[in-house]
This record gives sequence, structure tokens and C-alpha cells, in this order.
Amino acid sequence: MVELLQDKDRIFQNLYGFNDWGLDSARDRGAWLGTSAILAQGRDWIIDQVKSSGLRGRGGAGFPTGLKWSFMPKEVGNRPHYLVVNADESEPGSCKDRDILRHEPHLLIEGCLVAAYAMQAHACYIYVRGEYIQERNRLDEAIKQAYAAGLVGKNACGSGWDFDIYMHHGAGAYICGEETALLESLEGKKGQPRLKPPFPAGAGLYGCPTTVNNVESISVVPTILRRGVDWWTQFGRENNKGTKVFSISGHVNNPCNIEEALSIPMRTLLETYAGGVRGGWDNLKCVIPGGSSVPLLPKEICDTVLMDFDALRENQSGLGTAAVIVMDKSTDVIKAIARLSYFYKHESCGQCTPCREGTGWMWRVMERMVKGEADTSEIDMLLSVSKQVEGHTICALGDAAAWPIQGLIRHFRHEIEDRIDNYRANKPVFVQAAE
Amino acid sequence: MSARRLSISQPANFVLSERANKEINKWIKKYPKDRKRSALIPALWIAQKDAGGWLPELALRAIGDMLEMAYIRVYEVATFYTMFNLKPVGAHYIQMCGTTPCWLRGSDKLKDLLTRKIGEQNTLSVDGKLSWLEVECLGSCSNAPMVQISNSESDHYYEDLSPENLENILDELVAGKKPSQGPKNGRFSSEPLGGSIVLTEELYNKNSILKKLPNAEKSAKVNYYEWDPKAKRATRKGWIDPKRKANSDPKKRSGNLGRDLTAGLVDKDPAIARPKRSMSVNGKKAGK
Repeated sequence: MVELLQDKDRIFQNLYGFNDWGLDSARDRGAWLGTSAILAQGRDWIIDQVKSSGLRGRGGAGFPTGLKWSFMPKEVGNRPHYLVVNADESEPGSCKDRDILRHEPHLLIEGCLVAAYAMQAHACYIYVRGEYIQERNRLDEAIKQAYAAGLVGKNACGSGWDFDIYMHHGAGAYICGEETALLESLEGKKGQPRLKPPFPAGAGLYGCPTTVNNVESISVVPTILRRGVDWWTQFGRENNKGTKVFSISGHVNNPCNIEEALSIPMRTLLETYAGGVRGGWDNLKCVIPGGSSVPLLPKEICDTVLMDFDALRENQSGLGTAAVIVMDKSTDVIKAIARLSYFYKHESCGQCTPCREGTGWMWRVMERMVKGEADTSEIDMLLSVSKQVEGHTICALGDAAAWPIQGLIRHFRHEIEDRIDNYRANKPVFVQAAE
Repeated sequence: MSARRLSISQPANFVLSERANKEINKWIKKYPKDRKRSALIPALWIAQKDAGGWLPELALRAIGDMLEMAYIRVYEVATFYTMFNLKPVGAHYIQMCGTTPCWLRGSDKLKDLLTRKIGEQNTLSVDGKLSWLEVECLGSCSNAPMVQISNSESDHYYEDLSPENLENILDELVAGKKPSQGPKNGRFSSEPLGGSIVLTEELYNKNSILKKLPNAEKSAKVNYYEWDPKAKRATRKGWIDPKRKANSDPKKRSGNLGRDLTAGLVDKDPAIARPKRSMSVNGKKAGK
């Protein structure tokens, strides 16, 4: 039997907003407690603790957060340091940052102070996606509360460190979730990613050393430091430590967001919290385990797979943002992936040719595959084109557009072939069952 | 990406309102002095609200002048970001999410309804009050399917929709009412339908901890004092009693002012059985 995470070990105790989001209530839940003591331990201590906690970035790539922080220059030169928080949550399936912004904004603000102090940044920008209008107003209110209480601003928390925190917002571009595109957008330009190197830690916002972190990565840091690395590392497997907010959507009985320990079996996650797959576990067809950018997994793998970075990677998928999209047997999985292809075509920034042309091409071929109006040899052609888009672009959007299609062909090739055969034999192709 | 161009029909004149000017100037102050341009996206958003939901060319020029930018740089940004409408939209502008998570939960039905009720995408309804567009993921996937409806006053998310719900909302909007936002199937936010099975027990809070930071190298006391910026010292003044309970009337909590709290509390379906927390899988009661 799997040990479930207990309420007392959840970091986001107000994930659903049943309590007040404001400062008083957040303090009752433990936010802003001992922040000055944390800062008094010094920069190296903070970074060492985050490193030894094994916290991996929650924004998709899973890069160790402490390591990322340590890339920042040790001394502040003539250019100021910046911390930028990536709240441009646009990955289809993912809706965890929204709950943090609207229900636990003080954990985020506290995390910003701790992280900025560790990286010697005096200013922090939180880039909220354009559509989250109420969420960003809520965050602004919370920032005001923190200023009024002297928690941020001049001599933040009495630490002697001046820290300013600003909310910034975008205007509906998925690509601005990529860190360098986000920086471009924050500078008031089109959100087109920059070439790396130079990495943002060398030249980021306004050409100054910058670290870009996901909302969730930043928000969990103060609690890790408060409760200790030993507490944090008791959850999850080696190299996949800690808790994570999972967003469960699609064909489950009760879609929800839930904070759980990493390495929980997927089946336990879905059946305990989301009311199970519609029509029972045997009605499961496939699951996209980490948001639209990762390849899907068929039921055979879902039966046993653990929800963490390494287990999913071993199964040629990924944890991504831990956005679990469930599809039951009534799903036209080819159409579901074709819809994602349209998404990537729509959201390509147009900078690199393989992605600009490739996403449109792949979408058009996928639309024909949905109808079966294709040749079986085109499946291999599609696969080969997707491999040529992957890895040949400045940012990872090209990869993200290619992976769902590769996953589909890897696991559901027979279904595409059947459909093509049916189309040729004038039989009805797949009829999608009603919702 | 898609080609986006300015509208052919443009108003003869347009001036940013006093209020919009003030707000944009507030944004400019957020950035270093020589980086005014950073305020471009928020400024365009304010201008769009000011101009009735879309951006006429004169508004782009006004913003360009304010931020001391070449106009072409403003056009570039306005045509790149899809939340900037370059053509007039209805007084209530409906953005329907059609990406896979919403599609799996039946966004096609909403699409049919919107087509029947309003017409094709990006066209005004007969009374001129509504228009709609299918957009990509709006980040509310565990409350799918959903729409965002923008008008001069608000940009509300309406979640967990059925076609009937959405039709009611549209009717109310056209009739000048203000339908409440949020999930429409009885949920409060992103908890499972029928109520949360977690976060119900006594939670970890500051009562139970923390004389000293774990793993601390230097001794720094964790105090329950608040830093008072005026007095420049830690003081008990203003610090809340650890045993204080949150205001028992949820309507009076600061975060809930003006919020429709009944949205998540009514219409509970008694047919949905819910496991009790005390019956949790590991058999013992959590949180104690």
C-alpha cells in the first residue's frame, strides 16, 4: 500500500482557497515565519540547503534549482542582478500556478525574497500570463500587503537587504513561458527566444545576470528551509525528492489539482484523488503525464508507472509540469494529438524555420490522418519530419511540437493504419463517442 | 503563428483617457528609468480596455509616443500577442478554450452553442453585444470546459460549463445582468467535485514549530515579532495571536470581499459518494 501524503506535510495548505489568501491568514498557515532567521544564515547556506534538498525546477525541464542559483555571479559587478519568476503558465493541462497565485500568493512573495537575497538581486519581476487577470490583481494586492508590513521593500524583514518586487504581465503568448522569450517580452519586445549562450545567468534581463524560476519552485523554498531538508527529502525517490502539485484533467470522474509526493504511482494518484478514470481503470486508453509537450503513455505503462522525472523519462515521456491529461477508450486519440499540433502551430513564434514551417506541416498532415485520408508511408514521413524539427530550433517549442506526434506513432500506429485502411475501404472511420 | 493585421476601418480620432494615462505612468515606474519600453504590453492592455476592447491604430501611436518608441515596434508587439484585438469585438467578448483538455471534456458542444447563438467566430452577434473566438489553453484545465468573458468591467472565467450553463450566462449578460464567475457545477475552485478530501485536518502551522531553524549554522532566533519599518526594530505590535482563528464569517475575510461565496457551496449532488478522510488508505487518521 502506498503511503499518501498527509495534510500536515502539504506546503500549499490553501490550494483550493477555502481560507483567506491575505497576509494574516497566510501567517496563520506558517508563511513569513522565521524569514529573517533564514536570511540571517547567509547566501551560501540558503543555496547549499536548496542544493542538498534536491529540489528540481517545477516548470517542466526539472533542472536542479539550487544549481541554477549557483550559476549567478558571486559578486555583483556593475550590472545589477535580477530574479524573474515565470508565472506564464500556458502548458495545456497545467493549472497549478494559477492556484498558487490566487490562493497562496504570500508563499510566492516570501520565496522571491529568499531567492533574491541568495542571488543578491534587489529587484524581482513576476511575469504572469495575460489571461490571469484576477490572479495578477490578487498578487498585486498581496505585494501591497507585504510592503505595508515591511516584509519586502527597504530593509526587507529587517535583514538590511533592499528588495523590490513587481508584477508584470504578458498578453497571451505560450512561447513567453520559455525563459529567454519571457525576458524579451519583459523588455517590451516580441516574445522570440534568444540563442543560448549567453545564458540568462550571464546576460539576461536588460543584459544583466538573471535567474528565471517557475512559481512553484520559488514558492516551496521557504517551507523547505523552515522545515528542513530532512523533512523534504522523505518524500519521493532518490533524485526526485519532494512534493508537487499535480493538475488532473480529462476523462476522470473528478478533475482536480492536488499536492502529492513525487513518485506516487499514477494509478493511485488518479484513483485516490480524481475519482478514477471514467468507466473504471480498464476503460483507460492513454495518459499524457506532463502537459501537452510530453509523449503520451498507453494503459500498459500507466498501470505501473511512477509519477516522477526519472520513471517517466525511462518510459520515453516526461514529468513536465505534472499536468496529467487522461483519455478513456471513447477518445479519438489521433484527433486529440492533432488538436495539440494545431496548438503548436498557433503558438510558434515564427523565428526558426523548422518550427515555423514544420508545426504547420505536421498539423495539416495530422488533420488528414484524423480522417484517414493519407498513405501509410506518410506515417513514417511524419515521424521523420518530426525528428527533423526536434532539436533544430532555438528553443524547445520545436521539440514540444514533435514529441506528442512521436508518442502517438510509437504507441498508436496501428490505430492510424486502421483508419487509413477504413478510409480506403469506404468504411466509417472512427466516430468519437459523445462526451 | 498566424497573420494578424490592423483593421481596415479605423476611427477618425482617439485619445487615451486621463485614467488610462495615469495607470500607464504607474506601470512605467516599475522599470529602470531607461527601460520605459518594458511597460509596453501592460500599456497596450490598458489602451485596449480604454478603447472598448480593441486597439485602433491611433491608440498604438499614442502608446508609442508615451513610451518614446518607434511606432513599428509597437505594431510588432500588438500583432504578435494574441490578446490584443486588432478589430472591434462585442461588448462581451467570449474566448472559448478549445485545446485538448477542454476538448476532451466537451468544448465542441460549447462551440456549437456559440455558433448557433452568435454566429461565426470574430463576427458580432445580431444585437452587436457578443462576439467569440476559439482560443488556446487558458490555464484552467481541471475546470474544463471553460470560457473567459471580457467586457468593460471584468474578465471573468466561467468554468465547468455545460451548453445550458453557458446559454444562461450569455442570456444574463445580454440582459445587462452580471452572472457570477467561477465553476458552474458546484465546485469552489480546483478541488474535486463534491468537496475536498484533503486539507481538511488541522494543518501544520506556526503553533507546532520552530524555536530554531533546522540545519542552521548561525544562531538566529526565530521570533514571533514583526519587523516594524517605522520603529526600525522588531515589535510585538500588530503581530497576530498564534491562537487567533480566522474570521468565522467567511464573507468578512479580506480575500473574500465582494466574492460570491455561494458559488461553491450550493448544488451539491448528494448522489456522489465521497470517502471520508478517516477512511484514508493507510488506515490511520492523518494530521495527528
